[in-house]
Amino acid sequence: MNRFSYLRATSIDEAVRAAAADPTSRFIAGGTNLIDLMKYNVERPERLIDITRLPLNRIEEADGGGLRIGALVTNDEAASDPRIRDRYPLLSSAILAGASPQLRNSATTGGNLLQRTRCYYFYDPGTPCNKREPGTGCPAAFGRNRIHAILGTSEHCIATHPSDMAVALAALEAVVHVAGPDGERAIPLSDFHRLPGDHPEIDTTLRHGEIITAVELPPTDYGRHYTYLKLRDRLSYAFALVSVAVALQMDGDTIADARLALGGVAHKPWRDPEGEAMLRGQPAAEDRFAAVASHILKDAKGYEDNAFKIDLAKRAIIRALSQAAAGTPQSQTDKRIQ
Amino acid sequence: MSAGHSGSATLPERIPVTLTVNGEVRQLDVLPWTVLLDLLRDHLALTGTKKGCDHGQCGACTVIVDGKRINSCMAFAVMKDGSNVTTIEGLAKDGALHPLQQAFIDHDAFQCGYCTPGQICSGVALIEEGRAKTRDEIREFMSGNICRCGAYTNIVDAIEQVIGANGEAGR
Ligand SMILES: Cc1cc2nc3c(=O)[nH]c(=O)nc-3n(C[C@H](O)[C@H](O)[C@H](O)COP(=O)(O)OP(=O)(O)OC[C@H]3O[C@@H](n4cnc5c(N)ncnc54)[C@H](O)[C@@H]3O)c2cc1C
Ligand code: SF4
Ligand code: FES
Ligand code: FES
Repeated sequence: MNRFSYLRATSIDEAVRAAAADPTSRFIAGGTNLIDLMKYNVERPERLIDITRLPLNRIEEADGGGLRIGALVTNDEAASDPRIRDRYPLLSSAILAGASPQLRNSATTGGNLLQRTRCYYFYDPGTPCNKREPGTGCPAAFGRNRIHAILGTSEHCIATHPSDMAVALAALEAVVHVAGPDGERAIPLSDFHRLPGDHPEIDTTLRHGEIITAVELPPTDYGRHYTYLKLRDRLSYAFALVSVAVALQMDGDTIADARLALGGVAHKPWRDPEGEAMLRGQPAAEDRFAAVASHILKDAKGYEDNAFKIDLAKRAIIRALSQAAAGTPQSQTDKRIQ
Repeated sequence: MSAGHSGSATLPERIPVTLTVNGEVRQLDVLPWTVLLDLLRDHLALTGTKKGCDHGQCGACTVIVDGKRINSCMAFAVMKDGSNVTTIEGLAKDGALHPLQQAFIDHDAFQCGYCTPGQICSGVALIEEGRAKTRDEIREFMSGNICRCGAYTNIVDAIEQVIGANGEAGR
């Protein structure tokens, strides 16, 4: 690990100013991703700004009926919060599907959104990687790519964003609040992560020096008709190969409105507004779900090891829509998929 | 020291850190990159906490910080200034094993023993969290602790015994 200087920030202002003054600096919150990457020399910040003492650790009612989750609220605190479990059970479920109890105790809301890809080459400074060192190439495209993306890839990078929480937040249309040297702004979650395009080294639209202060959940009518279905190589403590977050508004047997986001398949949580529109006003029926699944995956591109994800994603979408419509969300402890 | 960094003259200063470890107040001056796991093992000679993967992937380094189980390999010690840390060495009280330590012996819940301190710290926290009631739930909420020897069935038995005994006592 490289040597670095350490600042324990006492105000948001101080943290932002310190970060803006040093392009090599990084904020650190739970540390579960940054320390890991520093141990591999993938990240080499010369200055760490510890933000854990800032007053960003509360979950509060937002104006207009939503909920505001402070950036330092841990993943476990968010998943266990009675308001989140009651009003946004999809979010609670997705968080519980991720990592381990120990990691969820350290990991924070802000850090989870900004965790970096688990691409093997990205993690290995002995190999080229456009995301780690722009212009060196993408060995994953012609190498081992079982965990890689099938949607929205570019010739420069086929990495996925590994977060489960972000997939639920995408379906719930959350908004990320940030503070920076130029003041505050709010970024819809769908605009927060980006596709790799020509600049895979840039994961998000957050600018250097900007700090996430909170994630806001809008008021929602998506009550009990939800599910977070995560498929992976082992039943727990593993990243998603494919995951699906679904929230439906049901009017009897008819779908009044639908939100669906995929994880493990792209550089960002993947939403398809046209696919969602195909569900609106329709009866909850499997052939309709299959048509939606085909639509969402129609431009998918498989690579040598991950082409299986295309079929897996289609089946997962059908299963998740069925679970949500029936009001029988996937259990995150009894792993049988019903 | 690796290339590309300033010489030792500008090395960041050591930072004073106070931790309460197993009930004892410990004051240390640490370098910013000292990881909590290494501080426990190398600076405080508390070698009960194990280093398995050093990357948050196995749970061997699990300790309880301010009542929460965490992976000590994924935490810088400076960031935990002022915290209360419990390691496997701090679980026995007045010579009596913690009930979960005893249950691990009763159920033969280890083979090589390398994952055991982490398993027990994780299990103690799980029992205090009070969220696991069924075997499925115990398995899921213990999934952050890998056992290479595959002692899982007996580990779940041991935890179930303590949860069951607590339930009895509470009645
Ligand atoms: C073995 C293992 C398994 C895992 N499995 C899963 C899984 O299945 N699903 C899943 O979703 N995740 C998983 N994770 C990832 C875990 O969820 C993340 O590491 C964690 O959420 C990161 O949060 P943190 O607070 O620890 O971030 P840190 O490591 O502290 O920071 C991560 C990044 O975010 C930046 N940052 C942090 N907070 C802020 C802020 N408020 N404003 C601006 N920048 C900020 C930091 O500068 C850094 O670049 C796993 C991790 C490990 C080690
Ligand atoms: S997929 Fe992206 S992160 Fe992985 S090697 Fe290619 S450029 Fe790097
Ligand atoms: S040593 Fe910390 S999780 Fe493996
Ligand atoms: S007893 Fe050997 S690793 Fe668990």
